Parts: sequence; structure tokens; C-alpha cells
Amino acid sequence: MTYTNRADGSQINQPAASGVRAQSSGGSGKSQVNRLRGGQIDPQQTLSFSFDGKKYQGHPGDTLASALLANNVRLMGRSFKYHRPRGVLTSGSAEPNALVELRTGARQEPNTRATTAELFDGLVAKSQNRSPSLKYDFMAINDRFSNFLTAGFYYKTFMWPKAFWEKLYEPIIRKAAGLGSLSFEDDPDEYDKGFLHCDLLIVGGGPSGLAAALTAGRAGARVILADEDFMFGGRLNGETFDIGDQIGREWVAAAVAELHAMPNVRCMSRTTINGAFDHGIYSAVERVSDHLPVPPEGKPRQILWRIYTKRTLLCAGAIERPIAFENNDRPGIMLASAMRDYANRWAVTAAQKVAVFTNNDDGHRTAVDLIAKGVKVAAVIDTRTDAPRIADCELLAGAQVIDTAGRLGLNFVKVRLADGTDRNIECGALGVSGGWNPNVHLSSHQRGRPVWNDQIAAFVPGPDGPPGLTAAGAANGDFSTAAALKTGSAQAAAALSDLGMKASTIDLPETEDAQPNQTPFWYVKYGKGRAWIDQQNDVTVKDVKLAHQENYRSVEHLKRYTTLGMATDQGKTSNMGGLAIMAELTGQSIPETGTTIFRPPYSPVPMGTWGGRARGKHFHPTRETPSHKWAVENGATFVEVGNWLRAQWFTKPGETHWRESVDREVRAVRESVGVCDVTTLGKIDVQGTDAAQFLNKVYANAFAKLAVGKTRYGLMLREDGVAMDDGTTARLSEHHFVMTTTTANAVNVYRHMEFVRQCLFPDMDVQLISTTEAWAQYAVAGPNSRKLLQKIVDPEFDISNEGFEFMACREITVCGGLRARLFRISFSGEMAFELAVPTRYGDALMRRLMEEGKEFDVVAYGTEALGVMRIEKGHAAGNELNGTINALNLGMGRMVSKKKDSIGSTMSEREGMNLPDALNMVGFKPVNSADKVTAGGHLMTKGSPVDAAHDQGYVTSACYSPILNSSIGLGFLKDGANRMGEIVSLVSPLTDLNVDVEVVNPQFVDPEGVRVRA
Amino acid sequence: MSVHDLKPITPLWGTAAQIDNLGDMRISECPDWALASIAARRGQEDAMAAAANKFLGVALPDVARSASKDPFTAFWTGPHQWMIEAPHDTHEDLAAQVKSALGESASVTEQTDGWVRFDLEGPHCDDVLELLCNADTRTMEQGDVTRTQLEHLGCFLICRAAGTHFSVLGPRSSAGSLHHALITATKSAT
Repeated sequence: MTYTNRADGSQINQPAASGVRAQSSGGSGKSQVNRLRGGQIDPQQTLSFSFDGKKYQGHPGDTLASALLANNVRLMGRSFKYHRPRGVLTSGSAEPNALVELRTGARQEPNTRATTAELFDGLVAKSQNRSPSLKYDFMAINDRFSNFLTAGFYYKTFMWPKAFWEKLYEPIIRKAAGLGSLSFEDDPDEYDKGFLHCDLLIVGGGPSGLAAALTAGRAGARVILADEDFMFGGRLNGETFDIGDQIGREWVAAAVAELHAMPNVRCMSRTTINGAFDHGIYSAVERVSDHLPVPPEGKPRQILWRIYTKRTLLCAGAIERPIAFENNDRPGIMLASAMRDYANRWAVTAAQKVAVFTNNDDGHRTAVDLIAKGVKVAAVIDTRTDAPRIADCELLAGAQVIDTAGRLGLNFVKVRLADGTDRNIECGALGVSGGWNPNVHLSSHQRGRPVWNDQIAAFVPGPDGPPGLTAAGAANGDFSTAAALKTGSAQAAAALSDLGMKASTIDLPETEDAQPNQTPFWYVKYGKGRAWIDQQNDVTVKDVKLAHQENYRSVEHLKRYTTLGMATDQGKTSNMGGLAIMAELTGQSIPETGTTIFRPPYSPVPMGTWGGRARGKHFHPTRETPSHKWAVENGATFVEVGNWLRAQWFTKPGETHWRESVDREVRAVRESVGVCDVTTLGKIDVQGTDAAQFLNKVYANAFAKLAVGKTRYGLMLREDGVAMDDGTTARLSEHHFVMTTTTANAVNVYRHMEFVRQCLFPDMDVQLISTTEAWAQYAVAGPNSRKLLQKIVDPEFDISNEGFEFMACREITVCGGLRARLFRISFSGEMAFELAVPTRYGDALMRRLMEEGKEFDVVAYGTEALGVMRIEKGHAAGNELNGTINALNLGMGRMVSKKKDSIGSTMSEREGMNLPDALNMVGFKPVNSADKVTAGGHLMTKGSPVDAAHDQGYVTSACYSPILNSSIGLGFLKDGANRMGEIVSLVSPLTDLNVDVEVVNPQFVDPEGVRVRA
Repeated sequence: MSVHDLKPITPLWGTAAQIDNLGDMRISECPDWALASIAARRGQEDAMAAAANKFLGVALPDVARSASKDPFTAFWTGPHQWMIEAPHDTHEDLAAQVKSALGESASVTEQTDGWVRFDLEGPHCDDVLELLCNADTRTMEQGDVTRTQLEHLGCFLICRAAGTHFSVLGPRSSAGSLHHALITATKSAT
């Protein structure tokens, strides 16, 4: 079992899966009836696999597709819509047809291309979109109704009754037109994300890519060479060309070996560059372990790379295009280049007798190569009347394939000869070549439009592609091997020169240099049946004509109406055919007709790869408070607040409902003392000679005159006058403040203040830094809080009411000398303190407080009790600061100082924010004590209609108060300050809520503030 | 130093630093360092630089660099801002020491427990870090520092020895998440 070691790439260009269970055998045996000699497989090793439950054998180096063909399996799938029998069209990632479910159990993956799935021992594959079996598929009945299922059929057919669409039609259509099925189990594999950097990214490791990599690598540039295949070499692996005095694959092996030895070159096989993004960023998927039965322990299945590159060279080659003709989708009909790949690289023929249909010289090479491999080639059918004789077999010049026969695989092709007569030719496979399309995809990811090249009748990358990207070789329309090597080297040198690096082109050996010779030919006009353009989405020539007839003539409309090119293969083998036909119908040229937009990803990416390791409990990082461990040991239930895990309540033995715990915690604090971890509140250190002036700007209320050793509540407004955040700020010394923010807004407030500091008041002498988690901070609240703290605070610090009055702050020491900060502030309405020590001592301090507090029956309380107590006290929190509320609404209108200019103060004077019936924060109590106040409910004047026009406000927070023995709430009511005692309706028409509540002072507990000052 | 009786705990909740050896890679929790941030008061940039040089025994480093002179390391964190690092045992009150040395030329803030420091050592540091952050660590030389995002967390990455020793300083409260990320990436990359 091999694992691609990414660091040194040592396994690259080795046939993949010499599985541990692979048997040694002397050749392919009798089962692989279509196996030929040679190829880049290891016939000495045999791999067993199964397809639809039947066992087969293949060899290391095989793909699932090549191994199936070797075993004379041409039928690999059913088509999307009509459930037509289909086999492979291609030998690579452009494959529209041979989609299978790979593996079993939780690892089962649908829609995997058999043409790219590397064979390993024990591989299990199943066909999809068929029932009950691939050979007998009931849904093939769709094919008989094809006249009804044309483009746009569901727009026309399922119009009425309207309600049926969602409930009846759509589920049926989805089931019938399914692709693979999901396992509905968690993906057991791991996935990584990563980041790479280079001077030159070379996309594709064929002849042009290798020449480019050698050029740039020898020049010392940092190079990444990526290829989606598991072997470098590109088309050289499927061809028989010599390069210099070496056969092609030997030249490839030598080049790859040299590149591997260069520390500045990273060779990444099994890696698809699938998107071009801004500023030289490319995304890549590396299939690290897909060729193994199971990834090794701790290793990822795939890695999603983000590549930062200075220049990019697109060497992605070209994709052969098919010709459309009647029944051109039977298993056995494939691209001529694919037929050649299977023979030369995988030593496989799809059938013992084959034929070729072409409009260009390149197609003839398939016949030449298969004849050389001992396969009988019935004929080369060339659309050109002046077709040259290249292969040693019958040539039918000026002829066209007009129909085919064979239920589950090709048996005959029907040829219309140049003289107008028809002839049936017996063959089990047909190689089709309609010319080649440069693989321009990535060059158009940023809306760059490819440009038409008449010489090759195809689009090539245009000048407005991603900055820094150039193309070479077949991707740029330079189809010969010699041209690929030459342009690859030259473009690499040019890219480096552009970066100010010196590079010289490499010495190029002699090699194949055939000029493209073709007559554009897109589809056969004879025949009344269907000729397929997009085999994955079952789009035919007729569908394109229908779209034209119904005036969907723009390419973008053509695409949406017919779904041409919208399948997972993104129309790699079909888009051009559709464009060409539309061009013919509209009388425009193909470039005038234009192309649709190319978008990433270039080929399908598993969901797991997008997610990487951010899944399950690692979906985002967590933040633990200093008392986290103690809380876990003491029955805490946690709640997520941003990334923080905060104790929500602590369950004591015998407590069976959270309310029991929360009520107990609230009562204990109000009666004696409780401790709450408030480390999560944002802490911002504000220093500088202008620190006080700065705070005067960011807070609506005055801070400049806050005395050293004092803390003040502050309200921060947005520029538009809406309340942004609140908290307390302590003045530790003349030029040193510590601000606290709400937990949720810590980052936003810090960001806002940095903006204010850097952009609005750059002349102020003020410095900011977050210290949120540098200090473990505990609220110690309740009538006995001082007594508890006096046991902890070192005796030289007087924390009596006289020595340390309400809102005081001081730097102190605790427990015999540990530096600490003490603030006398209260969120609960009780006498309360907040004590902060360096975080590493937070755990010990929590334990000490609980130990020393035993005599006072101290409790730890969580966010739920905290919330109950702040509602009882009428303190606004996140629920109230909802992004629409201003100071006036909060009852803090007068806090917005008019003696100074602060952010938001002017805008808060807007008329609309100061209407006589503006919302005021008030409290609510149910009239019937058994009723509940429900947050989110809206308020209506008693007896008024219940509708939006009569809305009087809404409830923002609600809880059960164990002190008042009643449900209570806070909320905003129009002119609420003047409606105390009024009974209003609290409604929620969605949940049939309608209870009477009384408008009361929001400070349910100790409205005079006696307790906090005790 | 103080004689209080509260026992410190490491960011990973241990009483001693956690060390993970994975093949030839080592991930160490490093709690034994005190940190203080310094930021020049407006117009006091030169005065602070001079005072810092005197205190540290080495000039404050340039952008994205660190400078060391036993027992101190200083690294750049922003315009006219640096972090000072020193052994915790001897410099628990580092912020106070620095403040008294820099006086009114600087705003000094204790940062010791705001951060967790993990050291990554071994021959595959670059392979591990490229799975974690977008810093181009292969080009980082000894003393280079960058701010980068790692496990969604803003971190400082300090190159202590090119290719073989890096420090990651991340938010202390997320030490567990950061540690998990370092461990999984190390297992994946090596």
C-alpha cells in the first residue's frame, strides 16, 4: 500500500494500488478478454474488484473504467433522464456517462467517474440510477416518452394544479432523474485544508507542463506542477510518440525524476486545480488517499489547497469533442482519443472489432494504434471527401455515421457513404473525433472570454483572463507535441522574466509536429432519431433546435432551457456542440454566439473536502473560561456564547429540572453570596495621555472627569445614534483605563475603537490592546460578598463600604500577594464585586472562593441565573441592544451628553428617534400569575385589533423570577414610561399567545439601589 | 516575587506543560513565559526605542522581526508596538519592570496569560504549518514573525530556527482547539 508523501512526492508516477492482498499472477488470465499487451499497468499483479456484485480482476495502473472494459463490460450506467444504457465516453475527468457509486457503507460515494477512479484491491462499485438492475431498468420507459420529455418539459407539463408541483411532481421527477444515492452516514474520513506558495503554478503535467516545469525549475523558481491524473505525462501516456530518441513515457519519467530531485519544484499528482480566484489565488484538490481502500490512520482522504502564486501557466491540454449523430450514445461509442488511451496506456480495447468516425487526421491515429495492438479496425469513416489514407484499414471518405444498433452495447454502425448509399458495419466500439477543444476553463474563471481560433475551429484563452495567467501547449491551441514542448518552455521563461528572474528555454528534442487538419463538423444531419450532445443531462440536437424555435437563443438561455452543460461534467464534451448548432440556426458565427460563463470548481469536489476539519465539535474553535474545569467537575451545563463555553447553570444532586438549579442559584445570591465567571466579557486596555478624551468620544456619556479609582457605566452609540454596546470602564490611573464590553460584542467594539483611533482621531495619544483572557474575572455577588472577599483580599486593602464604595476600583493583591484587580460593580443588583487575577491562577481562585465561601453557603451561578437577576434589576443586555434601539428607548436619553461631541450623539437627535410615542424600556408582569411573559411576543393596547398597524412594542427578555414568584419580562412599549400600571395584551398570532400583562417599572428588585450600595 | 498560595495551571489545564512527541516532531506547551506589550505614546517613539534598547540590551526589531538578548525576546506586533517575552520564573512582573524602564514613553500592558505558546520542533515544521496557516514558512528565517490565522484564530508565528522550530502564540482560552489543530496537522503531514 502506498501513500503519496506530499513532502517529497516520492510515490508520484508509480502505478497506484499494489494492495497488500494483491495476488501475483502471470498476466491477465482469460477473464480479461479485452486486455491487450503492453500499457502502463503492472500485469504481474492482479487486483480483485466488483461491479454490481460481480467479481472482476484488473491490474495496478488501471482505472475502474479500463478494468471494466478489459472484462468486456461496456455498459456502466443509465442516463439521467431517459435511463438510456451508457458506457464510457472518455478516459478522464470529462466523463459524462460512467458515473458509479464507489465503496460501501459510510464511505459510499455517488457520482464518481469510473474513468478517474483508480483501481485497488477490494474496490466495490455499483451502477446508479437504475432499478432493479443495469440491464433491466424499469425507468427506461422514459425513453419511450421522449417526445414529452424534451427541453423545458416540466415548465410546460406540470403547470397545474399548482399545489401538485411541490408535493407530487417534483418528488417523482427527482426520484426518476436521480444520480447516485447517499449513505446517510457520517463520512468517516478526514480532510485537510492547506496553503501553498510559489512563483509559478503550472496547471497540467503533460508535455507543455513538464517542459515548463523543467524550464522554471532549472532557473531556480519556486514551482508547483499539478496534474489531476495519478501519472504525469498527459496525452503522452496515451500516445506512441517518440521524443528525441526516447519513447514518450520514458521522456516523461526522466523529466519527472529530474523535477523530483529539485527542492524548488513541488510535483503534485492527483491534484486538480479547480478554480482561479483574485490576486493569484488558485484552489486545488489533492486526492491523497482515494486510490487506497481506506486512508492511513490520521491521514486525510483529500486536501483542499489554496495556492498563492505570482504567475500561472495553463497547460491543461485539450479535450476531444464528439460528433452528434443518431443513437451516438450506445455503450462502446467513445472519443477516438479515449479509445487510443485505453489501448496504449491501459492495454485495453473496448471490443475486438472497432471503427473510427472522424473529421480530422488525428482520428486516424486511433485506427493506426489499435491495428498495431492487434485489434481489428473495420473502417475509418471520415466526413471529408478528401480524407487522407493513414491507417492500414478500409477508409470511407466523405461518409458519415447516421445510426447505430445494439440494445446494451454497440453492435453495428450504419454509414451513409459518399455516394448516398447506406452500409452497416459490424463493430463493438466506435471511436469518434470531431476535433479538439483547448481546455480554457481556468482562463475564464474571472469572466474572461475565450477567443475563437479559426485554424483549429475552437476557442483558446483570451487576453482578459486572470492576471498573471498565460497558456501553453494544447490549452492554447498548439496541438502538436513539439509545439507543446516549445510553448511550455517559452511561456515559463516569459513568466519568470516577467518576475525579473532569469530563465532560458530548455533544449527541445525532435518529436511529433503534425499540423491540425480538419474540416469542422458538428453533427450529422441525416436521421430522424435523437442525436446526443450532452450525454450526462440527456440533451439532444433536437432540444437545441427546440430552444431556438422557442426563442431561447442566447447561449445562457440555451443552457438553462435545455440544461446543456449543467451536469457535473460542466459540459466539457458538449458545450461546443450546442454552441455550434445554435450558431448554425441563428446564422451567426460561433464566436458571435459566444460561450457561457465558466465557474469553479473545474470538477466535482466532495462535500467533506470543502469542510476540511471544521466539522462536528471542531466546526469552530472553542474558548474555555478559567473556571471551566471546576465547572465540569461541578455539574455545569454549558451554553455557547460566540466561541465561549459558559456555564449556564450547575446541577446539584437531586435537581431534575434546570429551573430548580437556576432558582436555587438566584435565591442564594440574593440571600447570601454567589460566584460567576465573567472572564468572557471583553476587556480592552486603553492607555495614553488622551485616553480620557478618547473615551469621551466613543461613549455617549461623559468620561473625562471620571476619578482615578472609579468605574463608570458607559453607553456606546453607533454613528447613526443606535446603541451599540454598553459596559463599565474603570480608571486605574490618570492615563490608564480598562473597558469592559459585552461578551458577544467584544471583537466588534475593539474593531470599532481601533477604527476610531486610527481613522477618526489619529492625532490622539491613545493605545488600545485586548486583555480579555489575560485576566480571570469573577463576579462575587450577594449580601455576603464582602465578607467572602475579605477572606481572600490581602488585609492591607480596605474593602469596607467606606474604604471601597460602590463603583470603586483598585489594583490589589490577594491570597498573600498575587496581583489582582477589584471592581465594585453589580449586574445583579446586589452588593457585588468583580475580582480579576492572571488567568493561570483563575482555576485556583475559583476553588479558593468556593472553599472560603462554604460558611456563607456560597454558590456558583451560571448565565441563566445571571440573566434572571439582570432582568429582575432591569438591566439591558444583548436582547435589548438589538440594533434598532437608542438611548432614549433604553431610558438613558439624558445620558447622551450634550456638553461634548461623541460618536452618535448628533444623529441620536434625529426627529424620528425622538418621537413623543417612542419606545421605552419597561417591565411586564402577567395579570394572571399563572400566565407567562413570552419574549418575542408583541404588545397591543387592550381591545385594539391584533395586527401590525396597531403594534405597540414587543417583549425582549423574559424569565421566571424566584424572588417575585412570577414570570416577568422586559421590553419596549410606545410611550411606555407614561403607561405604568396599564394592562396591555401580549400576543403572538403565530402561536395563539394572548395574555394580559401589566406595564411596570423595569427594576423589579431594589429600584432605589440600596442593596448595591450596602 | 509574590508568596501567594494559589497554584497556577497551564492553558491545557495541566500542572506541568504538555509535551507531545509525534514521530520526529515535538509539540510543546510553553507556559513558562511572561509577556508584556509595549506601544509608543504619540511623539515618544524614539524615546521609547531608546529606553527599550537600554532595558532589553538589544534594539527593538523591525517590522515582522524579532530580536533576542538573554533573557528577553522582543517581536514586532504593529506600528510602534512590540511584545516583550521573558522567563516567567524570573519576570512574572514583567509588565511592571518594563513600565518602570520605559516610563511615560510607552503604554505597557500585561499580556502573559492572554496567550498560549506552543512550540513546534522537528524537521517537518513547514509541512505541518502549511496545513494550518497561510504564512509562507518556507521563506521564514530565524527571527521572522508574522501574524496569521490558525484554526480560525489570530496567532503570532515566530520562527526560532528556519524550518525546524516555530512558536505559535494564540489566544489562551482556545488552547485546547489550537492544540488539537497542531496535533491533527502533525499526524496528517508526517
